[in-house]
Amino acid sequence: MSAESTRKLIALAAIWITLLLAPYWMAPLGGYTALATRVLVLGLAAMSVNFLLGFTGVLSFGHAAYFGLGAYGAGLTLKFLALSTPLALVAGTLLGGVCGAILGTLIVRRRGVYFAMVTIAFGQVFYYIAFQWSSLTGGDDGLRGFSRQPIDFGFFKLDILSSADNFYFFVLFCFALVVAAMGFILRSPFGRTMIAIRENERRSRFLGIPVERHIWIAFTLSCFFMGFAGALYALVNNFADPRGLHYSQSGDFVMMAVMGGMRSFWGPLLGAAVFVVLQDYLSSVTVNWMSFVGLLFVLVVLFFPRGLLGFIQRSKA
Amino acid sequence: MTQLLLFNVTNGLIIGAFYVLMALGLSLILNLSNVINFAHGGFLVIGGYIAYTITPYIGFWGALLLAPPLTAVIGLAVERVLIRPLYGRDPLYSLLLTFGLAFMIEDGTRFIWGPQGKPVTIPAFLAQPLSNDLFFITGYRLFMVAVVMIAVTLLFLLLRYTRLGIRIRAGTLDLETVAALGINVQMLRSLNFAVGIFLAGLSGVLAAGQLGLEPTMGTGLLMPSFIAIIVGGIGSLPGTLVGGLLIGVASGLTAVFLPAASEAVIYVMMAVVLLIRPRGLFGEEGMMS
Repeated sequence: MSAESTRKLIALAAIWITLLLAPYWMAPLGGYTALATRVLVLGLAAMSVNFLLGFTGVLSFGHAAYFGLGAYGAGLTLKFLALSTPLALVAGTLLGGVCGAILGTLIVRRRGVYFAMVTIAFGQVFYYIAFQWSSLTGGDDGLRGFSRQPIDFGFFKLDILSSADNFYFFVLFCFALVVAAMGFILRSPFGRTMIAIRENERRSRFLGIPVERHIWIAFTLSCFFMGFAGALYALVNNFADPRGLHYSQSGDFVMMAVMGGMRSFWGPLLGAAVFVVLQDYLSSVTVNWMSFVGLLFVLVVLFFPRGLLGFIQRSKA
Repeated sequence: MTQLLLFNVTNGLIIGAFYVLMALGLSLILNLSNVINFAHGGFLVIGGYIAYTITPYIGFWGALLLAPPLTAVIGLAVERVLIRPLYGRDPLYSLLLTFGLAFMIEDGTRFIWGPQGKPVTIPAFLAQPLSNDLFFITGYRLFMVAVVMIAVTLLFLLLRYTRLGIRIRAGTLDLETVAALGINVQMLRSLNFAVGIFLAGLSGVLAAGQLGLEPTMGTGLLMPSFIAIIVGGIGSLPGTLVGGLLIGVASGLTAVFLPAASEAVIYVMMAVVLLIRPRGLFGEEGMMS
């Protein structure tokens, strides 16, 4: 084994141990387990955005829509269809993913800023639907009146509603599944093709790669991941909010990815951790937290465009 | 019924005129510099609040003349300090930066002027309705449409006949060649940005007189302006003009028959246009990819 792969293995072990032990080290540092759960879910969302942004090189600025659809899918299932947490997760994932797949066909021919513009505009469609269709979605007040259900294994029930720690481990398990799927796809020939498209689209086309179809598949996959993250988020809050579909939420996700480092697999998780903790802290100390978040955007873009991980790697080299 | 229809079409045209002013500014900046200016709505708000602040001293007419150039100066400073370093980098960065800037402007105006709405007094004779039957056509609304028409005409004359305008249009097509011909591209981008922000400031003043001022008012106008650009065809300013009016009237008409869908209809229009004619109504082939 080379030194490089040993280092990677150690880093990977460190990440998972940190995540596994989060409920135990968060509290002494002044955090709480629910905060760790939120970081995990929003980190998953940021990683899904980065699946498209960092590894295929196309910027979707409307991904919050699929996140929000996942949340509503899960919430509506729990409220009206069945009191089952796994079913809610499946329904949310499908809702986000299928809507993404359909709209993706309209979007994939655009590139660059135009791709961003069209994704924003289509994302807003879902925001307006959630906002206007109050009889189903609760409109501006959001969707209430559901809660996550204990997981029934037949011989034993896992209570994830009242125990914050149990719920954290449940979310971590889901997170691990999706992250493993993402990593697997990125290592596959398909994942390599995505990176080839990012690096040089024209060349990939000359090599006979059907670029549009690959971008559509990548977009659809990331919408499925996003829907799953959104469904988890509905379980975190026992609530789904139309603002979760708004483009400003998409901006936050993109920011997490960029701040952490969009060229790296784990960067967005780090970005999400910093972003969530900072926002949590700022909104508790000042009413003008929006200005500070805005300032954070400006500073990151001007001074840390490669993100925290990019910055660390660069200064090491 | 006729009156109701007329009322909503007029409303739609007036809203459409706002979309046009906003979207033309956005479009100018997007075409030349490849920057999606998320803070455009913020500049509209700045224009409105500047007008509100200076109206007591120089009156409405003075504010109408002074607020847009003042907004443009602020825009120029922002372009110089924050956006200029990002030209040539991935458009993602300018997008994120202006996105953060929009947050700061919204929060900043709330901090300076307070969260409550502020009225801007307009001259009394403009506030009168023209007749009892057509109560909804006030002098101010006609005046707004007239100002938008004059501004748009002047913009198109500027682009068609002045040296600056010709350079902007040339730069939109091929900035590299324009630079190779010895034209200062940085300066061109700054002036172009300032023209775009001037239009945002102007719409801010006009909107302030009609709707009053709120720190969040710019955000609501941003998305329709995006759609006006996409529907009209990216890269085409006449397209943006038509697109803005079209979605204004469409949402006005929908408000008669299906009020809940009056906002959704513009997204449906966008989807239809993208399906049938992906480049937009007036777009050039290949501009969107």
